[in-house]
Amino acid sequence: MIKKEDMEKLAQLSRVAVSSEELEVLKNDLESILGYVSEIQSVSEEAPERTAGSLRNVMRDDANAHESGTFTKKILGAAPRTDGDYIKVKQVL
Amino acid sequence: MANDLTKLTIAEASELLNDGEISSRELTEAVLASATHQNGDLNAYLEIFDDALASADEADARRRAGERAPLLGIPLAIKDNILIEGKRATSASKILENYIATYDATAIQKLKAAGAVFIGRTNMDEFAMGGSTENSAFGTTKNPHDTTRVPGGSSGGSAAAVAAHMALGALGSDTGGSIRQPASFCGVVGLKPTYGAISRSGLMAMASSLDQIGPFTRTVADAEILFNVLKGNDPLDSTSAPDSVWSDKKIEKKKLRIGVPEDFAFGKGVDKDVVENFKKSMEALAQEGHEIVPIKLAHITHSLAVYYILMPAEASTNLARFDGVRFGALKEGATLFDDYAQTRGAGFGREVRRRIMLGAYVLSSGYYDAYYHKATSVRALIEEDFKQAFDLSADGVDIIATPTSPTPAFKIGEKSADPLQMYLADIFTVPANLAGIPGISVPSGTAQRDGRDLPLGIQFLAPHFREDLLFVAGRSLESVAGRNA
Repeated sequence: MIKKEDMEKLAQLSRVAVSSEELEVLKNDLESILGYVSEIQSVSEEAPERTAGSLRNVMRDDANAHESGTFTKKILGAAPRTDGDYIKVKQVL
Repeated sequence: MANDLTKLTIAEASELLNDGEISSRELTEAVLASATHQNGDLNAYLEIFDDALASADEADARRRAGERAPLLGIPLAIKDNILIEGKRATSASKILENYIATYDATAIQKLKAAGAVFIGRTNMDEFAMGGSTENSAFGTTKNPHDTTRVPGGSSGGSAAAVAAHMALGALGSDTGGSIRQPASFCGVVGLKPTYGAISRSGLMAMASSLDQIGPFTRTVADAEILFNVLKGNDPLDSTSAPDSVWSDKKIEKKKLRIGVPEDFAFGKGVDKDVVENFKKSMEALAQEGHEIVPIKLAHITHSLAVYYILMPAEASTNLARFDGVRFGALKEGATLFDDYAQTRGAGFGREVRRRIMLGAYVLSSGYYDAYYHKATSVRALIEEDFKQAFDLSADGVDIIATPTSPTPAFKIGEKSADPLQMYLADIFTVPANLAGIPGISVPSGTAQRDGRDLPLGIQFLAPHFREDLLFVAGRSLESVAGRNA
């Protein structure tokens, strides 16, 4: 059983404003889904030991860097609030 | 010349275009007319683009200049979670209702270079979360075979568009079956390629260890055409496989050893008609010279539980980016925290909120080991099962077959109140995503419901990067099941 306070905490962790009526519905949904997925506890075997395959660098090289500012206007154009070349948010601390 | 250009396959249309029998403008006009005419009923497209004819003219000009390519001038539909620069891309969510893509997905860049014509962006479950398109913020898509039923999901709009001849092919994305299941419900071919086969740069991420872009088409040959254009390494997607995986010489096989995990495929909750259709299809494939053998996959029954732990965990992380700061809608509150919570509370639909909270739960301190950690461990066991099943040196099989979905298309509203019931529709498709192997759904006939013939599909699964085997099996099934017209 998930406690109501825990649901409130989850909503907060998730950064989602949810009405208390919906929180009740979500609590029931989560309990039913968690009840189902808990069946994996019945698997007793351990996962097979994994050995790394041949290593390769998945990061791309720093070559062909684009010129600073090329995409600035486009990207800022998608932001809801801007101030000059900055994205604007409410006070953080 | 065919009377109805919209019914052409990509391969047929390409030949007629090359022969100068038709122009891309004529083809695109026909497809646009079909799309516009039917979209009021089906709601397959969220938007039909106004520049499709301009792209068609461009393709015609390229062909006049001597260029020949299989997708040059071919009208396609694009799922609304794949970015096309300058076009709206909403993932069928209110939070992105007015978002305009700032760049092209790599898959889109490749299609543009190949000369494809984009008809529009297709409806889907919000952020690809669902199996019916009922979770779209912009209305449900209807199944063209019976408009009281769902087209499947999450790529339901793409499947419906191809089935209803509103496009010759389409792109979708598949995290747990979102290409294969709607393909099965709508009677078209749907391919989920190997994890890493097609770049995901520009695809809105749901669960990054599972997501893959893939094509919808009316024939297996067409799926192969699209796949060959889309696949390949991309520096913008560090999970995309190096091109060397494709250059290994594959052994051309015409007769396959097909494994059927019988306990799983004929398990509880699988519709009687689905089982019967599946058995008949296997008999037909045996008559074609393939060998059908029963196999065991010891942990496959745990796939769905594993999936519904890992997917929400990854989704809750990926969707953290929608915070009203850099893009999308903003609903202001008193503080920065309230800005986030209000924006996400108002912008996300019920299922998205549910999965984000579920993900936060299984990742939270105290539950992490019991859920997330345990699920990754069982996932490794499932991967190992597949590896053994495909080990030809140990009496293994070339490919595995199951039904694509346990039932034909269900009624709109039938499962929307019970998320768990909805999740169970993914039972046959999620194992491929967990193991990262490729899967295809191919039409295999119909089942009658309320006097209507509803499509059924067979799913084939192959080892990593062996899409070629899926195409062999798919073409074989097509030849016995008859092409979906």
